[in-house]
Parts: sequence; C-alpha cells; structure tokens
Amino acid sequence: MIIPKQMPLEKILKTIEGIENILVVGCDGCSGIYQVGGIKQAETLATLIKMHRQLNNEPGEIRHTIVLRQCDQQLVATTLRPQMENIDALLSLACGVGPQTLIDVFPDHKILTAVDTFGMGGKDRELGHFFEYCSGCGDCLLNDTGGICPMTRCPKALVNGPCGGMLDGKCEVGDYKNDCAWFLIYERLKKLGQLDKFKKYREPRDWRVAQSPRKLEI
Amino acid sequence: MAKREAYSKLMEEIHAGKFVYTGELEPEKIGDMEEVIEGAKKLVGHVVAANVTDIPQSFAYMNSLAPSYMIQEIAGLEAVCQMTCRDRNRLAMFADLLAAGALGIKNILALTGDHPSLGDQPEAKPVFDLDSASLTALIRKITDEGIDLNGHEIEHPPKFHVGVAINPGAVPLEPEILKLERKEAIGAEFAQTQVVFEIESAKEFMKAIKHVKVPTLIGIFPLKSFKIGQWMNNFVPGVTIPPNLLDQLKELKKIEDKPRRKEKIAEMNVEYFGEIIKEIRKTTQAAGCHIMAVKWEELIPQLIEVAGR
Ligand code: SF4
Ligand code: SF4
Repeated sequence: MIIPKQMPLEKILKTIEGIENILVVGCDGCSGIYQVGGIKQAETLATLIKMHRQLNNEPGEIRHTIVLRQCDQQLVATTLRPQMENIDALLSLACGVGPQTLIDVFPDHKILTAVDTFGMGGKDRELGHFFEYCSGCGDCLLNDTGGICPMTRCPKALVNGPCGGMLDGKCEVGDYKNDCAWFLIYERLKKLGQLDKFKKYREPRDWRVAQSPRKLEI
Repeated sequence: MAKREAYSKLMEEIHAGKFVYTGELEPEKIGDMEEVIEGAKKLVGHVVAANVTDIPQSFAYMNSLAPSYMIQEIAGLEAVCQMTCRDRNRLAMFADLLAAGALGIKNILALTGDHPSLGDQPEAKPVFDLDSASLTALIRKITDEGIDLNGHEIEHPPKFHVGVAINPGAVPLEPEILKLERKEAIGAEFAQTQVVFEIESAKEFMKAIKHVKVPTLIGIFPLKSFKIGQWMNNFVPGVTIPPNLLDQLKELKKIEDKPRRKEKIAEMNVEYFGEIIKEIRKTTQAAGCHIMAVKWEELIPQLIEVAGR
C-alpha cells in the first residue's frame, strides 16, 4: 500500500493560515488502514485545528469527513459534493494522489494536504515500521532478482549490485542499519539455487518506462 | 581470452608480467592543481601510473578528468582516471569519456561511487544511471567497437583500458567475487583492491580469486599517524588494522620532536608495508600493488626499495 505520514501540526496550521472554512477529508484506503487518514484521525485533526483557532480567536468553521478512496474521482464527487457548502478549502489526509484527485473534481477550491507520502510499501505491525518496497518503475524486475526490488530497496537503484558499500549485509546509506538490497537478492537467489541470475550482467535500464507522468488505459 | 592490445604503460607492464606499482592523487576542494602536479612529479619513475580520484567519499572536490590530463602533460605521469557513476547520467559519462580520449587518457577505473549521503553535500540527488559494470561495458563498446551504448558509431573512437575495484574485506566475500566474475565477463582488464593491512588477508583473497583472470593490484594504505589508523579502524567499514600496528603508532606518537616523529613513522611504515608488499610479490599471483600514499609520495620509493620490483 501507499505509505502516508501526517505532517507535523505546526506545518499544517501554517498551510491553512488565513483560510476560514475547511473540510478535513480522510481517506479509507491505504491512509485510513494505516490510521493516518481514517475518520478518527480526520476528526482529531479537525478538533486540533478548531482548538488552535479558538485560542487565537480566529474565525472559520472546521468540519471533517471521509471518502472511501480519495484516488477515485467518482467516489470523491459523490461523497463530497453534498458537503461542500461554505467550504473554502479541502485539507486531505490521503497520500499525494488524494489532493490531486480533489483538484480534478473541485478545480475552484483551495486544496491542501496534511500528509507526507513515502511511496509504496508494507508495515510490520509489531515493530510499527513502514518500509518502502516498490517505486512503481513500470518494468518489474522482481522475477529476476529473487523477489527483492533493487529499484526501491537499494538507495542507488543499482541493477548490478551490491556496490562496495555493503558490509555484513548492511547498506552504507543509513549508517549500516538497513539491509543491503543486493545482499538480500544474493541470499534469496543462493537459496533458490539461482546464483547465475545474481552473477549475470544487467544492461542499464530503459528509463522511458518510468518516465512520469504515466497514464495507463484500462 | 586473447590478450588485448596495450595502449598504456600500465597495461604494457601488466602484459609483460612485471609487478606493477600505481599511486594515488587526490584533487581536493581547491581551485588549482599545483599540489596534485607536485605530487605526480614525485611519483614519476617509481610508479607506472597514478589514480586520480573522482569526488571521493562524495566530498565536493575537483573532478578527476582535468588533473588526469595535467599530470600526464606536465608531470609526465600516466593517469588512471577514476570515474564514478554517482553524479552523471550515461550521456555525461559518455561525453566525459570522449573528452578523456581526446586528452590522451588511457586508463579508466570504473567505479559505482559512494552515495551522496556519505559526503559533505548529503542533500544531493544521486544519479547512478550506470553502475561500475555498465560503465565497464560502455568503455568496452567504445574501445572494441567504436560505438556508444546504443550502437551509434563514434568518429575516431578513443581506446581505453578499464579497471574495476574490489574489496578483499567484503563480508561476505562470495557476492564480491561473483561481482568480479561478472565484470571479468564484461571485459574488465585490471582490478585494484581496497586497502589490506595484513599479509594473510591479502593471501587468502588472492587465493579466493585465483580462477578469475583479471590482473589484480592489492591496495596498500600507509598510516601517517595513530589518529588516522584509529579512525580507519573504527569508522571505515570492513577495515581492521592489526593491534600491533596501532600500538607501534601509539608509541611513536609520544616522540615530541615533530620532524623526528615523522621520520620514525615513515620508517615504521616502510618496514611494515614494505615486507607485506614483498610477500605479496613473492607468494601471490597479484599483478602489483596500488599504494595510496596521498600527500606522502616520498614514501613510495622507500617502500618499493624494501619490497622489490
Ligand atoms: S522493479 Fe519496479 S515495479 Fe517491480 S517492485 Fe521494483 S519498483 Fe516496483
Ligand atoms: S550497499 Fe547495497 S543497498 Fe546500499 S547502495 Fe550499495 S548495493 Fe545498494
């Protein structure tokens, strides 16, 4: 899923300075599941903003709501249209796709985000860690790399790793705390008896497939 | 594989089976080349060529291409121009290779390069469009076929020898060796290793890569002070400095008279590393040693005198 993180409150307050009536819009997709953009978080953020405004004697109405998936234009339209009365700005708690979808639907409103988006990954609930696993490069290598993505999990996105910075299976980036993706690839391929795949030379990538913006006809 | 033609002195000596010595020069954050050229002058006649570093450890320094040219032109010392993939995409790498060829550079060391986050501009955007393997492949295409990566012909294509780096201290070692095999298959013509401080690790490593037919120069790093030794030991990943060597440096640190201290430290280095190099030369298939005595060029002839050629 997409990894979201709520911005620090101060930063959010600064972005909405001077805007009176705001609808905080959660998203029940990835962001909701990760409890960053769920209805509870939308309510909490709206309450915090209201408190801040009361303390500072600032005018305006702060409401909150949620869309099942903020990346779906039709869902956004049907859910939010009836709630737009008097609203000056929408403050999104979805990933970076959410606010841009909101703009598509409500081009005349101010659209803001309260989230920093970190890409696609998974979560370890026990450790409470998010980790990025895919950067949507458009030409998946996983079948060739033992199922480990070097485009995302190697900070240099190397296709012929590991680089000289690997030590004890750890990566030079991040003070040797993170796994070296190419070490993981080596270990996986070794276990699968496919070290020939590790040893083979891979041509430099054709970056055209990853050329943004991309559009997929479905 | 049939031996390729030699275009450089380094390759001539390697082909001739000589035990070769290379040095290292590091242009730093400086707007002139006097120091590098002076260093190069001191190396002439002792090493066959010297590496010129390319923004080492991602510290924003002078590039490698211009000083590589200048040490060849002014000092008469052949360059091994290091090229990293950190800062340039394939267009810029190719452009620099053409320029290097036109300037008479013959040896390129193809490196992936450290990540920018390790250096003094950690905010920089990393490039890594190519890596050490695909840069090697590009140099092969230029040299062997006179074409770029997409097969377009080059007018008056330059001829290079391409070397790669390898780390004997890599843990685990197997992927490192597989990587060398990968680069051998692409056409790497020589390898230079990361620093080695113990003869046993050099021997073990050379044994482990015996099946790889890439002439390999073992990296030697003389230690100028206890502080540097301690720092390397603690902070350079994969480097372990034998305790007795550190103890010796610690003892010498006590000498108060600075010139005398320097002299004693030099003597100790000459003795210690001279013997290691001699042993490497006599007992392993190493093609030579790459001595990284940056700003300490005068040590190299002394080391070679102990180690022999
Ligand atoms: S190779 Fe590309 S598509 Fe596949 S997991 Fe990595 S970034 Fe995603
Ligand atoms: S240490 Fe591994 S993960 Fe880190 S940059 Fe090098 S190859 Fe990539």
